[in-house]
Amino acid sequence: MTSRRSFLKASALGLAASAGPFFNRGTYASESIKVAGIHDASGGLDFYGKQMIAALDLAVAETNAAGGLLGKPVELIAYDAQSNLQLTTQYATQAATRDQADVVVGGMSSASREAIRPILRRHNVLYMYNTYYEGGVCDRNMFATGSTPGQSMRRLIPYVMNKWNAKSVYILAADYNFGQTMTKWFTKYTTENGGDVLGTEFFPLDVTNFGPTINKIQSAKPDMVLLVLVGGPHMSFYRQWAAAGMHEQIPMASGDLDHEIEILSPEEGNGIHVAYSYLDGLKNEKNKAFKKAMRDNYGIGLVTEMGAHTYTGFNLWADAVRKAGTVDRMAVIETLEDNASFDGPAGLITVDPATHHCIADIYIGQSMNGVYEQLEVFPQQAPIDTAAVCDLTQDPRETRQFVVEVK
Amino acid sequence: MDYVASLVLQIGSSVATLVLISLGLAIIFGMMRIINLAHGEFLMLGGYCTVTAYNAGMNIWIAIFVVAPLVVGIFGMIIERFIIQYLYGRIIDTMLATWGLSLALIGIVTVVFGNTTSGVSAPLGSLAIGDYRTGVYSILLIPVAIALVGGGWLLLRYTRAGLIARGTMQNAAMATSLGIESRRVYAVTFGIGAAVSGLAGAMLAPLTGVVPTIGAAYVAKAFITVISGGAAILTGTVVASGLLGTLNTLVTYATTPVIGSVALLSAAVLLLRVLPQGITGHVFRRNL
Repeated sequence: MTSRRSFLKASALGLAASAGPFFNRGTYASESIKVAGIHDASGGLDFYGKQMIAALDLAVAETNAAGGLLGKPVELIAYDAQSNLQLTTQYATQAATRDQADVVVGGMSSASREAIRPILRRHNVLYMYNTYYEGGVCDRNMFATGSTPGQSMRRLIPYVMNKWNAKSVYILAADYNFGQTMTKWFTKYTTENGGDVLGTEFFPLDVTNFGPTINKIQSAKPDMVLLVLVGGPHMSFYRQWAAAGMHEQIPMASGDLDHEIEILSPEEGNGIHVAYSYLDGLKNEKNKAFKKAMRDNYGIGLVTEMGAHTYTGFNLWADAVRKAGTVDRMAVIETLEDNASFDGPAGLITVDPATHHCIADIYIGQSMNGVYEQLEVFPQQAPIDTAAVCDLTQDPRETRQFVVEVK
Repeated sequence: MDYVASLVLQIGSSVATLVLISLGLAIIFGMMRIINLAHGEFLMLGGYCTVTAYNAGMNIWIAIFVVAPLVVGIFGMIIERFIIQYLYGRIIDTMLATWGLSLALIGIVTVVFGNTTSGVSAPLGSLAIGDYRTGVYSILLIPVAIALVGGGWLLLRYTRAGLIARGTMQNAAMATSLGIESRRVYAVTFGIGAAVSGLAGAMLAPLTGVVPTIGAAYVAKAFITVISGGAAILTGTVVASGLLGTLNTLVTYATTPVIGSVALLSAAVLLLRVLPQGITGHVFRRNL
């Protein structure tokens, strides 16, 4: 409950914040350094949210254990946006005005990112976005640590076509923005590598009967199937595919297979190929320590790219604060733009100053008994898709999300 | 030839799915005029019963054919006793009450099982027809649907219990005056409807997985089928399922799943425009 006093205090802070130039945050704020996290701990996206919340908490705890930042403790303010856009917007505003956060971490779906981004830009609060997404956001106030299709799919498609000697593919995708965009990338990289797309099907998010589609695939006889399926109902596909005995017949690669493999049985989920800038099964020492901390302290078994890069994102920011000697937004942005990098569980991640996206190792992996094991690595892949439309060194005032033309 | 055979099987299992998800609703709506908006959640509960029982080490067939209908049937009778029985004849109130029940069930199941999909693998392996392969389990839906409808028909047509049920359905006041305790008939009927829904949810769980909100994926199709079917609960459900399921599958084959769903809905709208009383309001009128 909000008491009248705390309401007045909040409003006073809000007024102070909107008073602009007269209000100097540096002199006012400063018992602790404030980090706000906005993730969905409940609702439809809760699985992703839980690991992101845990990863952020872990990163903050480690920083505090090492003495905090600039001699001050880091205070984490965690919001649960409940997979609800209205709450996302509300909490972003709260983080910027009432909490006076020095950085906001989170926003999970593209929709929630686009809700948060303009608010933080208006209030001059730095934003770290850590989900893999369709690419194209061009905003100097935001840094994106996740991979984009121009990084991951560019490597995955030729890899699997070569491995499976596949000349023809069949594409199944969720019928919404991400699925449509990914399908364009699938088609582009398939044809560029000399393959044919035999068919493409889009599914509304509530479809549970994939029988007709499976029959259609059987009559098209593709060499492999590419997937971008989303959410609970679509998981029926993997079950029906395996029940029809197709799992051993035609190999599959996916653009967004994530935590589903924890639920699918090995007969349904094993052997599906993916590409991300982090895989659960990476063998480096930092990942082993990270995985152990996630499991022991938070009970998180499978960690995927979003969780790992929430950790990356915070650490990139924290290193920049140490280097800049201040939490001042512009100073931190400029430090990050100076090719800031973080060598963590996902390997070396370097900020690309022109796009504010990251240059990262892209790992090809396959699902195996509930984890992703690494098959191949393509070191230091630049975000070429966003780079095609965005250059913040030329135009630092740009704020749009571009639709990357896929030709 | 293989293509036709696999198409026919696909149509069969899609019709059987519609019959399964609609039958429980048809029993409750057709016999008692209760619009059960928690029908989808009855299916969902059936799914969770199976998954839970199976994960606890129970044989999958017992989990599907015994545990799920039993648990959901008993649950239905409890709901009838504590909520529905006070609301007979008040259609709007029952809608409100069952809608509330549906939201509550989704909430409770989410708290208990979490908001993630869980499931069991479909047993029985696969069957090859030339170049085509289909899961044997999805074909099993067809005999189960036939058995349920056939069993229901025999029960209503040839047993004393069926006679009493039909009598109460036709004229509750007259049945009561002849010494039938209609309250008990209603409670048992509601329980049977719930049990059939539970079995349907259990049958579908290995094919689709379960998630607390899975009911929403079924409830609209179930209502469309039952309303299109009209007054005769068994014949109506079967005829409407046959029509809509076949159309949906054929259009999905020829075009895309999106157009397939559009075709199903358009057909239902058209059907109700031409036959406002549902199919069995005009043809097969004397059937059950």
